[in-house]
Amino acid sequence: MTASDNTQSMLISLEKVEKWYGAFHALKDINLTVRKGEKIVLCGPSGSGKSTLIRCINVLETIEGGRITVGGRVLDGSSKAVDAIRREVGMVFQSFNLFTHMTVLQNCALAPMRVRGMSRAEAETLARKYLERVRILDQADKYPAQLSGGQQQRVAIARALCLEPKIMLFDEPTSALDPEMVKEVLDTMISLARDGMTMICVTHEMGFARQVADRVIFMASGEIIEEAEPDVFFTSPKHERTKTFLGEILAHH
Amino acid sequence: MNYQFDFGAVFERAPELLWATLGTFGLAFAGMALALVIGVVGVIGRTSPNKIVRAPVIAFVEIVRNTPFLVQIFYIYFALPLMGIRLNPTATAIIALGINGGAYAIEIIRGGVESIGKGQVEAGYALGLHKADVFRLIVLKPALRAIYPSLTSQFIMLTLTTSVCTSIAAYELTSAAQRIESDTFRSFEVYFLVTGIYLVISTVMMGIFALISRRYFSYPTR
Amino acid sequence: MGPIGANEFLFILQGLKWTALLAIIGFIGGGVFGILIAVTRVSKSAAARAIAAAYIGLFQGTPLLMQLFVVYYGVALVGINVSAWLAVAIAFTLHASAFLGEIWRGSIQAVPKGQTEAANALGLHYVSRMKDVILPQALKISMPATIGFLVQLIKGTSLAAIVGFIELARAGQIISNQTYRPLLVFGIVGTIYFIICWPLSHFGTALEKRMAKAAR
Repeated sequence: MTASDNTQSMLISLEKVEKWYGAFHALKDINLTVRKGEKIVLCGPSGSGKSTLIRCINVLETIEGGRITVGGRVLDGSSKAVDAIRREVGMVFQSFNLFTHMTVLQNCALAPMRVRGMSRAEAETLARKYLERVRILDQADKYPAQLSGGQQQRVAIARALCLEPKIMLFDEPTSALDPEMVKEVLDTMISLARDGMTMICVTHEMGFARQVADRVIFMASGEIIEEAEPDVFFTSPKHERTKTFLGEILAHH
Repeated sequence: MNYQFDFGAVFERAPELLWATLGTFGLAFAGMALALVIGVVGVIGRTSPNKIVRAPVIAFVEIVRNTPFLVQIFYIYFALPLMGIRLNPTATAIIALGINGGAYAIEIIRGGVESIGKGQVEAGYALGLHKADVFRLIVLKPALRAIYPSLTSQFIMLTLTTSVCTSIAAYELTSAAQRIESDTFRSFEVYFLVTGIYLVISTVMMGIFALISRRYFSYPTR
Repeated sequence: MGPIGANEFLFILQGLKWTALLAIIGFIGGGVFGILIAVTRVSKSAAARAIAAAYIGLFQGTPLLMQLFVVYYGVALVGINVSAWLAVAIAFTLHASAFLGEIWRGSIQAVPKGQTEAANALGLHYVSRMKDVILPQALKISMPATIGFLVQLIKGTSLAAIVGFIELARAGQIISNQTYRPLLVFGIVGTIYFIICWPLSHFGTALEKRMAKAAR
């Protein structure tokens, strides 16, 4: 593989990233590269920095040290870089964060109109396409509060897809769901993965990780402790903390 | 009870009462407009991370909310000329109403903005929207919906409070009533009738506000 | 300009005495009638509910000052020879009963339905259900709003000054006219109101915050 191949296929890179909340060291010397089409699952105990890490990638958090590059563009703090990166990156939140005062369709059409400059008609066509994609088009004219949690989360995925992003970030997308709704959301994510989307998922759904992930990354206390392919990660974890964590997680499943 | 009611003497002054009703509306609307300006500016100060900016706003809110409007309007009435500002009683009343309503508006608006979840704002940023768009498209409507009931009932309360402006002889309904009373000596009749006018005003305002609310804020939230 | 001496200050404090008395009478009288209004407002009879709603609407939809005028002159018309003091006290009692009635109506309805059902299941009759189960809980829920209204009422007593009754605000007005020091006098009067109202407001907000936290 030549150097230029390498940079082309590399979508995200984090180099020596440091993040502080006041005196709390949230991310310590994080180094991570994600190639195009790769699926990464991030796991770890709560407070380990995994959500913070993906929030740094689309600049919902600012970093104190190191360098983040997305799609060849360095996050240099300029608003231009922020705009460009957010356009390339879709994000799905734990608590859905659908806009309560807009219908499902309006939620999805908002960014195409305001960020990509589409007309309302174009934006709504696009929105319908992705609502169909997550199989929820029949609810297009409802308000978020009228949908179940699983339906809301699928709408949130469609809303992010409407940006036609190169990368999708998932921040514990199933943690706020009732158990019977987890599957519909995971199925949507799996089908997205099959289509070749580059994904970073913070999740404790180990079945999903096994099935979809190219790499599983384990974080604790703001550090990346272990990184491996799922087979290796689940069968022969190297670190003691990983073993403890896996023991706790798998005991529940 | 051998008192003979005589509303005739009061009815003769109906035009005067109607004009004064407009005066009341004028005071209420101008006062509320000023209150909203003070409210929005005050909220920016009230939510500032800088304590030196925050403290005077908090003091202003607490002082206004814990002293009677009557004392406030007297104070302003006497204080303005000393500051070199010479205004007629009606303009003075508008300032007093605006200051009074502004203190309440600050707290109402602050509550509304705080009621918008952080997640909504983050989702907006994550979709690539800019700060102004996030505020205009995502924060504003739910915030307005959250503050609408308190803000409109505050508006009605401010409208009823305009009656106190009679104490500095501003042009409005209650001072007209007092004038008619001293001419006709039909105290009960005048005040009874004028109370009715106020009741109509507040009822109509309530109806209009409810209509607006149904029209603009009728999305389900749970 | 005249000085603000001990005499002037004493006169203002005399006014404060009447302000306090008016607020206390209005609050207690309004509280007693307010409970009746609240209970009527949630009664089974639609007619009774409508009457209570109209009573509340009347007092919430008109200026307190007008209520004072109408009651003040109305009481005189009925032919009862009452003092100005009693007339004003009646007006504040009626005013407070409507506002407290509405506040407590909301609190009664905020008591979870299961409480009524449990009381019914125990065979409690209406009076006991209200007195022993619903009202004590409603009273607790209503505390922040009730205290908030008490502050409104204390400030509202100042309007008795416009009817000619000499309480704190009117006393201030008189001294201001005598001494030509309006800013100083109204500053003092405002400070006195503030010293009474602010701790109450503060207490009410603190209570509300504590209850909101407990509910979570």
